[in-house]
Amino acid sequence: MEVKLRIAHLYPDLLNIYADRGNIIALRRRCAWRGIDVAVDGFTLGEEPAWRDYDFFYLSGGQDREQNLVCSDLQQKGAGLKAAVDSGAVLLSICGGYQLLGEYYRAADGGTMEGVGLFQASTIAGRDRCIGNVVIETEVTGTPLKLAGFENHAGRTWLDEGQRPLGRVLTGHGNNDQDGGEGIVYRNAIGTYLHGPLLPKNTAFTDYLLRLALEHRYGEGVELAPLDDTLEEAARQAALGLGG
Amino acid sequence: MPVMAVKVAASRLIGAASGRAGHSGTTLPGRLVLAADKRIIGRISRKYSRGTVIVSATNGKTTTSAMIASIFRKKGLRVARNREGANLEAGVASAVLGDASMNGRPGSEIGLFEVDEAALPGVAWQCSPRIMLLMNLFRDQLDRYGELEHIAGLWRAALRSLPEKTQTVLNADDPMVAGMASVRPEQTVFYGIEAADGGEMQHASDSKYCSNCGAALRYEAVFVGHLGKYHCPACGNTRPSPTVQARDVRLGGMAGSSFTLVAPGGHMEMEIRLPGLYNVYNALAAAAACTALGLDLRTISEGLAGFSAAFGRVEKLSIEGKAVMLLLVKNPVGFNEVVRTLMIEPGRKTLLLALNDHIADGRDISWIWDVDMEALAPAVAAAVTSGTRAWEMAMRLKYAGVEPERIEAVTDLGRALERALELTGTEETLFVLPTYTAMLSLRQEIHQHFSTDRELGDLVWK
Repeated sequence: MEVKLRIAHLYPDLLNIYADRGNIIALRRRCAWRGIDVAVDGFTLGEEPAWRDYDFFYLSGGQDREQNLVCSDLQQKGAGLKAAVDSGAVLLSICGGYQLLGEYYRAADGGTMEGVGLFQASTIAGRDRCIGNVVIETEVTGTPLKLAGFENHAGRTWLDEGQRPLGRVLTGHGNNDQDGGEGIVYRNAIGTYLHGPLLPKNTAFTDYLLRLALEHRYGEGVELAPLDDTLEEAARQAALGLGG
Repeated sequence: MPVMAVKVAASRLIGAASGRAGHSGTTLPGRLVLAADKRIIGRISRKYSRGTVIVSATNGKTTTSAMIASIFRKKGLRVARNREGANLEAGVASAVLGDASMNGRPGSEIGLFEVDEAALPGVAWQCSPRIMLLMNLFRDQLDRYGELEHIAGLWRAALRSLPEKTQTVLNADDPMVAGMASVRPEQTVFYGIEAADGGEMQHASDSKYCSNCGAALRYEAVFVGHLGKYHCPACGNTRPSPTVQARDVRLGGMAGSSFTLVAPGGHMEMEIRLPGLYNVYNALAAAAACTALGLDLRTISEGLAGFSAAFGRVEKLSIEGKAVMLLLVKNPVGFNEVVRTLMIEPGRKTLLLALNDHIADGRDISWIWDVDMEALAPAVAAAVTSGTRAWEMAMRLKYAGVEPERIEAVTDLGRALERALELTGTEETLFVLPTYTAMLSLRQEIHQHFSTDRELGDLVWK
């Protein structure tokens, strides 16, 4: 049987800052190396995916102008995206994408942008930007795992009571530079501030997401063939050693 | 007046002392004097008899400034210039002071300053320049400056602060830069490339939206990154037609390029000894600034032909008997142009890619994932990666499609160079692509530990 994976890349033309397309490159390659037939389809303003056809949704960050354009369009897509996540599809959102999927974003001038409300979290612009290398420890895959990345955000994100962060900050700022949390997990949907890009060098996390996406299509019990990750692991180890 | 004399004298002394200690004396005197006198740049630079030229851009400001300087030299002009890498306010102040006599009288006739994008507002209003050359805005090191819109805002503020007499010379092919003409339309000159097509839009493209209304621009031709022929289908905003043009551009690979310069005063063939379309843009920008100053086309042509390379941008030398080409890479668009130029050369290539993540390189190295490394992958015979983030670069190559057997990561730059030379055949060229601080360290390594056919110019920062 030919194994297939379909990825919906939301607003690839608008939300494409900080080289987060590296995440898509990693997903494509790691599928191709295993003989998994992967398709990545882009959807921009005014284009609605057939939500049930996709196992993995990807949403990254953009510059202010682009994020404003996306914000209102995303309201139209919110219900479809929520239904897909509630059916077990994987969603990875980075930085601006993460913020837009929360309840709201309050800018420095007090103006508020409505979010989609998929994540029970809200973001308030800070005075200075949180910039630097970041290392977090997550248990989302079932075992403690360190992820390395780079963060660059002005927004401080606060999770509602009872919501689960993706991980705990070891070095860097994380969600709000105060409570030690980084990112959010809701079902198989993840929000995080980790650029870098995140997926190429954090392969255990990448393969965890790929497995969840394949299980969304084929049911539980998917096992991924192991890959030679020598280079990736060396890159991760090098990045884990960097101070914030 | 006596106060200024004391400041100038003090700064000379400090500059000399720090030079002897072997540290960079490039900006220290400027910083000290600026702390005492915020307007020192303006006080001295306004006395240049031929005025001041300011150059800013994300990519090409060093090369273009060096080209302009070469043209000025052909004209016999005495030029006060800041050193590359010293392009903040303090660096410009140091250059102005270094050229001045004890009582603050300039030694040169004309000032030529390349200014960092974000530092432009602080420097521009002081100089009241005769020419302000703005070339392009690309994504650079995002952790340093934040977003492009922010820089564009700073540039517009800088343009508003200029006196009536300043001429702005703008790249018509960069939508965001061309849009700045609205700040002072009367005093603007445009330059641009006139050609049918340049290739495909790259992933690193930034300014794809109308600076007027925000709609997506349509391109009839794309030359470098988002530079090209564009128009806005929504509001009718269109690329201004340039009065200074490069026509009939012929790219000759690593050997260089030629084009016909068309300007209000006529037209003439230009030859440059630097590869790639991006250097045609640099030469065209230099020519546009010089024609705005009233220099003749023959002087411009001779100045460009006599110019070889700015520090570390493109340098050819022989190391341990092997041909080596050093090509600085510092952001996605610049790297893409290096890739495109490499691909003009036939055959598979041996490469040394050195990626550092110091502040001057950008601490965030994710930008290498925006480079179209996939285009280079099939042409890689062997790649040694090096620098503080050697493994990240190795991984980037693997994900671009280079077989892992062809990739070696050697963190130490000297050892990496040694290994890359070993892998280079006697008839082949080793292409060395370092980020900024990796380039500086490599030059030190080459100087101290390798035999070369010539001394590298400006080997140690003075």
